[in-house]
Amino acid sequence: MMDVKSIRKDFPILSTKMNGKPLVYLDNAATSQKPASVIERISEYYRTYNANIHRGIYKIAEEATEEYIKSKNNVAKFINAAGMEEIIYTKNTTESINLVALSWGSANIKKGDHILITEMEHHSNLVPWQLLAKRNGAILDYVKLDKSRNHLDIGSLEEQLEKDPKIVAVTQVSNVLGTINDVKSISKKAHKHGAKVLVDGAQSAPHMPIDVKSIDCDFFAFSSHKMLGPTGIGVLYAKREILEGMSPIIGGGDMISTVDYYSCTWNELPWKFEAGTSNIADAIGFGAAIDYLNKIGMENIHSYEQGITKYALQELSNIKNVKIFGPSYDEIKRRSGVISFGIGNVHAHDIAQVFDSEGIAIRAGHHCAMPLVTNELGQSAVARMSFYIYNTKSEFETVLNAIRKVKKIFMVD
Amino acid sequence: MALDLYAEEIISNYEHPHNKGKIDKPSAEMHEHNPVCGDDITIYVKVSKGKVEDIKFDGSGCSISIASASMLTDYAKGKSLEELEKLGVKDIINLIGVDPGPARLHCATISLKALKEALFLYNHKKPDVETKRL
Repeated sequence: MMDVKSIRKDFPILSTKMNGKPLVYLDNAATSQKPASVIERISEYYRTYNANIHRGIYKIAEEATEEYIKSKNNVAKFINAAGMEEIIYTKNTTESINLVALSWGSANIKKGDHILITEMEHHSNLVPWQLLAKRNGAILDYVKLDKSRNHLDIGSLEEQLEKDPKIVAVTQVSNVLGTINDVKSISKKAHKHGAKVLVDGAQSAPHMPIDVKSIDCDFFAFSSHKMLGPTGIGVLYAKREILEGMSPIIGGGDMISTVDYYSCTWNELPWKFEAGTSNIADAIGFGAAIDYLNKIGMENIHSYEQGITKYALQELSNIKNVKIFGPSYDEIKRRSGVISFGIGNVHAHDIAQVFDSEGIAIRAGHHCAMPLVTNELGQSAVARMSFYIYNTKSEFETVLNAIRKVKKIFMVD
Repeated sequence: MALDLYAEEIISNYEHPHNKGKIDKPSAEMHEHNPVCGDDITIYVKVSKGKVEDIKFDGSGCSISIASASMLTDYAKGKSLEELEKLGVKDIINLIGVDPGPARLHCATISLKALKEALFLYNHKKPDVETKRL
């Protein structure tokens, strides 16, 4: 069991106010809050051993290098990668996916090849593939949503796989619908057709145990800032043999082994992909975030969030004129704590504004998934609340109040 | 930001917008879209003797964007083009009676942007590249 009361005490921001009301932070799918241990670990680096990593022949440079590598080892273990050689630090999930599209994609996608993604993707797992397809003359295909508009249509997946795409890129959890996709089974099917598989883990890694070996994906991308860590650090995991065959996209210091005036050889993994001075402080902070998550346990986090999400979905489904997008509470096992919703015909931005006045942070818009929101859900914008380990049922009571307030102002029955 | 944003006048203009619809053969029309919110407004103007003879808007959006389009079109009717060209952000805030704050300012100004671009198009017979960029 999780002790949410004591968890909340670890997050300084949760005792602050917004618009004079206690902050109810329900925008975790956008970015999570940070525990004091993460903030302190970053500050400790700057205060006591700030130095550049690699090759520093003095104590604090060694310390910084050690902590940076410790963070990578932490991440490797967290997702069950073979080792830190398979962990590339980037800026965020978006950069991780772009790295794959630019390096692996440019070398392996030829004219007329198929790239398969889904109608559920965030722009970060859509635009890089659009760009690659345009650059290399490839064809971008989509796995459709099923009739419920909540899940991927497996028939459509199988149909598209018949075209033998070179890569299948899919999100593990939809940032709009909250749907959890069975990426293990998708990966298995895709591999039968010889495709590489990239999983966008931005919305899954913060909330459930991840095992890249069990999923058997070739690439897995996620961000520190959505899982209690700082902004500015993202991860690209890839199988070692694939990384070995890939060329770097950014050249400079640290990523080379030897350089002469007209040629150079690449450094070993993972440094080959990390040119220039890294985001050392935030990498160390990310390590602290993973320590924190491990202490609570990802299984515990997942089951706690399932509990509060199911409760919220049940409560919301009882309210007249509240529309919920994504799987309902009786499918809770296939759903994460992201709840997109609408109230009557009230615009999502008006909903968010009223929530703001009650101290509640939610997001409104197309959530960087324009094709999904506009074409599939038929909305110009939706409101979205998203839970994390520090959210409570009593916080959700304030949501119910805010919904009543929206209804009153906009005269919704 | 307080909720005076949802003053009665805003809500009533949102629920029952004035001048909503299209004008057949307008002197100029201009479409503005805000990808962040999905606000989508088209302004139609009919100009006669240097004045706005008729003005309508069509589209969809949040309460602030619809209410401000409703109030702006009311205001613009019968006004001279010179007068309207001078309108700025401050005038829109005065017109709708509340300051929507930085996050929602673009909702309040989307119809003004469309109107100014429409008038530019009418006057110069070419798109207003500078305003479009704002």
